[in-house]
Amino acid sequence: MVDDRSTPVRPVLEAPDIARVLTRIAHEIVERAKGADDVVLLGIPTRGVFLARRLADKLAEITGRKTPVGALDITMYRDDLRLGPARALARTDIPGDGIDGRLVVLVDDVLFSGRTIRAALDALNDIGRPRAVQLAVLVDRGHRQLPIRADYVGKNLPTSLRETVKVQLAENDGRDCVLLGVKPGSHDE
Amino acid sequence: MKRHLISAADLTRDDALLILDTAEEMARVANRPIKKLPTLRGRTVVNLFFEDSTRTRISFEAAAKRLSADVINFSAKGSSVSKGESLKDTALTLEAMGADAVVIRHHASGAPHRLATSGWINGSVVNAGDGTHEHPTQALLDAFTMRRHLAGAPDGGPTHHKGPGDGTGRDLAGRRITIVGDVLHSRVARSNVHLLNTLGAEVTLVAPPTLLPIGVETWPCEVSYDLDSVLAKSDAVMMLRVQNERMNAAFFPTEREYARRYGLDATRMAALPGHAIVMHPGPMNRGMEITAEVADSERCTAVEQVGNGVSVRMAVLYLLLGGNEPALSENRTEENK
Repeated sequence: MVDDRSTPVRPVLEAPDIARVLTRIAHEIVERAKGADDVVLLGIPTRGVFLARRLADKLAEITGRKTPVGALDITMYRDDLRLGPARALARTDIPGDGIDGRLVVLVDDVLFSGRTIRAALDALNDIGRPRAVQLAVLVDRGHRQLPIRADYVGKNLPTSLRETVKVQLAENDGRDCVLLGVKPGSHDE
Repeated sequence: MKRHLISAADLTRDDALLILDTAEEMARVANRPIKKLPTLRGRTVVNLFFEDSTRTRISFEAAAKRLSADVINFSAKGSSVSKGESLKDTALTLEAMGADAVVIRHHASGAPHRLATSGWINGSVVNAGDGTHEHPTQALLDAFTMRRHLAGAPDGGPTHHKGPGDGTGRDLAGRRITIVGDVLHSRVARSNVHLLNTLGAEVTLVAPPTLLPIGVETWPCEVSYDLDSVLAKSDAVMMLRVQNERMNAAFFPTEREYARRYGLDATRMAALPGHAIVMHPGPMNRGMEITAEVADSERCTAVEQVGNGVSVRMAVLYLLLGGNEPALSENRTEENK
């Protein structure tokens, strides 16, 4: 076997699928939160922030009200900081009215080990006390290492650990899609 | 970034921007009800101060504590140093206590470099001012303050005293900075010249000839003896403290003459462009290099600089100690997954 052959990359969600999935999640949020009038959407950088903004637009279409949307950088709460060089920070941007007593919906692109969400819950703890915290993800690829699950899932994607899941969004990558690939260096057999 | 922060000249443009952008995020933490991050839990930062300092030591202490590091304050007064202990033995003691970073201020130029390169300690060394050599975190906080005011508007321009803006990602290209006063004894001036030059600013030093160091013509800056001729084309003017404790010779005839030729008063401030800011690293000698009227005006950023100092020092400590090695500024665009 040759290791350096181009790894096969297969799109599992295309732009129209992502749009439909976000519309469905927005409706689910409105249904579960009984109108979504105290919802605050917080995206986890980088792509969670774009997804949160898109969800806010969909919620505005459904409810006719503006939903506060922000960003929550979790870098300084990560449990793997000492496994690599110090990381650059991303912007944390909490909407003006804060999160106290609100229903915070965390938004991320891929749910994998659950460690990012654990860090996000710690970060939230230093910012305020929400009424409840929920989690919306575009893709749940399994392999959880912590007792964490998503409340709203765009697509459940059973994967093996050899595989990679890459989300691309127009705001950051020029196009919308979810790509399933194979880790470089791992073999098919 | 290198493992130690000894000189502002060691910082590349990418390093400097990484520190300033990180400081911008750290500054936002200061606006939260809980001003604390768990990032440096279990790390020990030693403040090793051989020379008096209030704001720098308190600033480093606040920065380390906000990042949850343990802080040990060590000042030469009342320690074994006053019994004659050498820098080496002090360093070995700190190493035995498990210091992850040593913030050192020393009256001798080069002491931080000696500490960093001697092999006495394994942690990072941060220069908090050595003799008349360098004070890199002061230069970083000055650049941070300048960037917020002179490149903080949404269009990348000056904020015209409407409060500091957000200059994330921007440098100081083309900004004209004038540094006035006792350049000879000033580690602040030396570090600022290096850093501002790296960030693309044009620096002019203004001082009486007796207060300029030998070799200043090789520095990446202009030199002038006439304050009034440069004020009109300055985006920021930084007044240096006249360091009476180092004035062991007659550098100028009288304090009154110095204040008249090189002090900043309201008349001179009026000659600055409308958007220009007045900076002072502190502590100020009111009536000497700066009049009370100027020091208390809305254009003077001296108090804001102190606050920015904590954010910048948090950024430096985080980038040096946050990972298993210092941050790699060239890897910034890499996915934070």
